Amino acid sequence: MAKELETDYWERDLVHTPEPKEYNTLNVGPTHPATHGVFQNVMLMDGEFIVSTEQTIGYIHRAFEKIAERRPFYQVTPLTDRLNYCSSPLNNMGWHMTVEKLLGIETPKRVDYLRIVIMELARIADHIICNSVIGVDSGALTGFTYIFQDREYIYEIYEEICGARLTTNMGRIGGFERNFSPKAWEKIHHFLKTFPAKLKEFETLLVRNRIFMDRTINVGAFPADRALAYGFTGPNLRACGVDYDVRVINPYCSYEEFDFVVPVGQNGDTYDRFMVRQEEMWQSLRIIEQAIAKLDAMDDKETYFAKDPRFVLPPKEKVYNNMEALIWHFKIVMGETDIPAGEVYHSIEAANGELGFYLVSDGGRTASRLHFRRPCFIYYQAYPEMVKGAMLSDAILTMSSMNVIAGELDA
Amino acid sequence: MYQIDPERNRLVVDKLKGQFNEAIEKHEMLADMLCISVKKEVIRHCLQFLRDDKDLQFNFLTTLCGMHYPETSQLGVVYHLHSFVNNHRIRIKTATHISDPTFPSATTLWPAANWMERETYDFFGIQFGDHPNLQRILNVDEMTDFPLRKDFPLEDQTREDKDDSMFGR
Repeated sequence: MAKELETDYWERDLVHTPEPKEYNTLNVGPTHPATHGVFQNVMLMDGEFIVSTEQTIGYIHRAFEKIAERRPFYQVTPLTDRLNYCSSPLNNMGWHMTVEKLLGIETPKRVDYLRIVIMELARIADHIICNSVIGVDSGALTGFTYIFQDREYIYEIYEEICGARLTTNMGRIGGFERNFSPKAWEKIHHFLKTFPAKLKEFETLLVRNRIFMDRTINVGAFPADRALAYGFTGPNLRACGVDYDVRVINPYCSYEEFDFVVPVGQNGDTYDRFMVRQEEMWQSLRIIEQAIAKLDAMDDKETYFAKDPRFVLPPKEKVYNNMEALIWHFKIVMGETDIPAGEVYHSIEAANGELGFYLVSDGGRTASRLHFRRPCFIYYQAYPEMVKGAMLSDAILTMSSMNVIAGELDA
Repeated sequence: MYQIDPERNRLVVDKLKGQFNEAIEKHEMLADMLCISVKKEVIRHCLQFLRDDKDLQFNFLTTLCGMHYPETSQLGVVYHLHSFVNNHRIRIKTATHISDPTFPSATTLWPAANWMERETYDFFGIQFGDHPNLQRILNVDEMTDFPLRKDFPLEDQTREDKDDSMFGR
């Protein structure tokens, strides 16, 4: 009978092992198919096990904070698209709400509900990517190819609303550029009707799948106190058991009127992160249904922007036929409207966690400083601690379950 | 708008004044958040006090970023703290002259500050005294400038084919 190991292999101090050991250095990245993004990990390996990891990031750094100091507010929206590009509308609307806070614009209820429909669709699209990719990295490609159709369908809904798919540049300060078309509503209703069955099927492929459970349970577990110290937010923090959700704790955009559950995990492992995201998709569907019910109950079907002429573009037919409207359009687009001095911090619950905008204005035509609190950038630094002592294949799974998006990481 | 709680804000200011008195330079409400300016010498103790005081419990470092004030030749650091227990957010500011941009590091209080401070160093050239690994993070290592300082040009200033004057730039 084999003699049992004296100490638990997972617990032992890998660096200070008494016998002389030879370690290998392994480069994972900058472009590696398993990392789903451009970042490098230089791993010190003891066979299959990771002794330590050194991260290099910044490969797609685009200096957004500097560019934003030179651009009027409307021209910053396309920059926010490219933060977490899996859920651009969330970033766009977070930015617009930040500006609204600075300018003191009150949005009508109908705008809030329309925004919530889009924001929750974006959350579903983002979680679809993350969860199906966890499946792919554990060897289950079917769910990925299957459920990506629905992500595609959400992009079609975006297309009906703003004309773009990935980098949406959606909405305006104070609302939307146009009302939702009947076609858009038709697609949203179709999505709500067909998606739950597919999501359920996707779930049955993975949730009680023995292989998937063995690959994910207790992999990359992280305790709640460490997660808080590392600034985790969003599903990754909730998987550790902390029910922090900006939508609940600091409601914005009328989220306080909605009835939904904030799902939490227990162990903070890959399986919990998967399950939290999965449940959030169901909750997002609930929120969308409630928002549509509220919209249907409203007599007003036409309001789609706040009544603030400073930042609402005049209708196109007027711009083309009317001098005043043309001047006004030009002034808004080129950022010649007055911005009050002040500073605000606004945060929203983006798909990855608390996405914050710290905007300082000195009264000029542009922001004098704009800082993005990017959830990825803050929680990805805990990765070496999470994968220390783990196997390489589990480290890949841990990374994909954290949903590290290179665009958001590098700004 | 975040929920504004005047009583909590007053409690924070009173407690900080009681602990650090004249090191608290200024406190004001900016939009929906209490903003406190603190002298650089006490910033670490101030953050620790805010984190550990049992009435305040600002246990979460939301974000940390650098600032450049060219008109006063100052560099600053802005901390956003969040108390999950009381659901209270505050902003702490500190600044120093550009000739000696050194601040104590907050990494011992929150490990999350590690990369945020590296980013601040990378873009503003702000040194964090006892930071474990103060290197550039997003820019290339060979870079010598600090690009988010106001005197760093956004575009190549030698270009002559662009005239921005009519746009007020």
